[in-house]
Amino acid sequence: MARQPSSGLIKNKTAVAGIGQTAFGKGLADTELSLACQAISSALADAGIHPSEVDGVASYTMEPNREVDVARNVGLGEITWFSQVGFGGGAGCGVVGQAAMAVATGQCSVAIAWRARKRADPTSRPWAQAQARLADSSQWTRPFGVIRPVDEIALLTRRYMHEYGGTRDHLANIALAFRKHASRNPASTMGHKPMTRDDYMNARWISEPLCLFDNCLETDGALAVVVVSAERARDLKQPPAYIHAFAQGLPPQHQTMTNYFNEDPLRGPAWTAARRMWEMADVTPADVKVAQLYDAFSPLIILSLEGYGFCARGDGGPFTDDGNIEWPNGRLPVNTSGGGMSEAYVHGFNLVLEGARQIRGTSTAQVEGADVSLVTSGEGVPTSAILFTKDA
Amino acid sequence: METGWLLPDLSDPTASEFWLGCARGELLVQACGSCGTRRMPPRPMCPRCRSTDVRWEPTSGRGRIWSFIVAHPPLLPAFSAVAPYNAIVVELDEAPTIRFVGNLVTGADGEINEIDPATITIGEPVRVVFHRIDDVTLPRWARS
Repeated sequence: MARQPSSGLIKNKTAVAGIGQTAFGKGLADTELSLACQAISSALADAGIHPSEVDGVASYTMEPNREVDVARNVGLGEITWFSQVGFGGGAGCGVVGQAAMAVATGQCSVAIAWRARKRADPTSRPWAQAQARLADSSQWTRPFGVIRPVDEIALLTRRYMHEYGGTRDHLANIALAFRKHASRNPASTMGHKPMTRDDYMNARWISEPLCLFDNCLETDGALAVVVVSAERARDLKQPPAYIHAFAQGLPPQHQTMTNYFNEDPLRGPAWTAARRMWEMADVTPADVKVAQLYDAFSPLIILSLEGYGFCARGDGGPFTDDGNIEWPNGRLPVNTSGGGMSEAYVHGFNLVLEGARQIRGTSTAQVEGADVSLVTSGEGVPTSAILFTKDA
Repeated sequence: METGWLLPDLSDPTASEFWLGCARGELLVQACGSCGTRRMPPRPMCPRCRSTDVRWEPTSGRGRIWSFIVAHPPLLPAFSAVAPYNAIVVELDEAPTIRFVGNLVTGADGEINEIDPATITIGEPVRVVFHRIDDVTLPRWARS
């Protein structure tokens, strides 16, 4: 059945008009609810919109704070649209994009989306809370010691290295670039700690072929955005980051995180989201000036560079050579705030805010002339992606 | 050593036939009772023909290593006790897209940390062996 590509009904119809975040750290005193409310309140103040105007709410299914509690604290108005997106870090662009769909279709006029999390406490890690008897898909992996997300992605990484010749040097390129970017970002938690290639190569193993520095951070913190119509955004305090294109992606026969059971496990959800996003967009990968790619683990960057069409399959590793993903001179500066590996890991929501800051011109590693800014969410899980543009 | 190991819930109706097979020393795969398409992990409906009829078929129990890792702490206590250990993905000789996560061991009751990880290679042939922990029999893999 032939399907006609559609440019979609939401292209350029909405914008991120406000962004807000708390401090990032380990062992923050405030509760997750307090952090969520502070980030949302700050995003609304940034936009210049009173909380009583908020009538749409989008959140991750893994978000611990319920809409009712957020609304009662921040003093939101009558909510006429609320929704959640699943699959952990795959939801980041999903909640923002679904908020955009709700605003564009008139279900609400001012939508908020956020993520709040206290992950720095080791006992808060989901894998550490595994039940002794497994009846879900984890029964096919955990009894064999494939327990943590890093183990699940390391299996795909080793296979990738075997099929395409990827190396630890490629992964080091990624870790070093993000640390370098974080060093310019006072909000980052790791910017004060420089990293050398030797540091990377000598780091302890976590799940070979992945070492400590291939992993994201564990962070307490919260971030939020405000989505309104493009018309409204033009009258507000901040330069709009227009939501030019948005897609989610869940490919056929995909199994989240442990995608070993189909014909092409290395072709993940990024390819599905990318196809739909580029169909909708007036621009191509060559037009993207800066990208925030989901980096729970460094190899996800390589898969995302391929999936979103910045290079051919198998070329994602070499793409990271020669400073290609580094600010300011790289062909495609990636994760300019430091990302999940060096700024903060808040389930990828910090990537959304940095993508909007690049359009505003307020990043601490600002790419000159950044008029098209890509943000992606988790690869290896059902995912989502947004293209922000400066002009609508 | 294996106290606190993560194990399948044998009462899961979708998967129990697989684990019963392991207990008998058989590596089974689920197949559609209508069109015959094999699928693993098991699930209630055939994605090719939508039949909910299911049958379980024996396999050769032989395959090749598709990928592997070596896990180091931090891990759950039962697994930290044997770390670093290997975990592998095996593709079946007769159906390469049917894959199993497992461990490479020297024999049925070998430890998952006995084989020097530096000697493990993608593509090497393996055969299934079965290892009992509590009331569960896990498929593991030995070099063949």
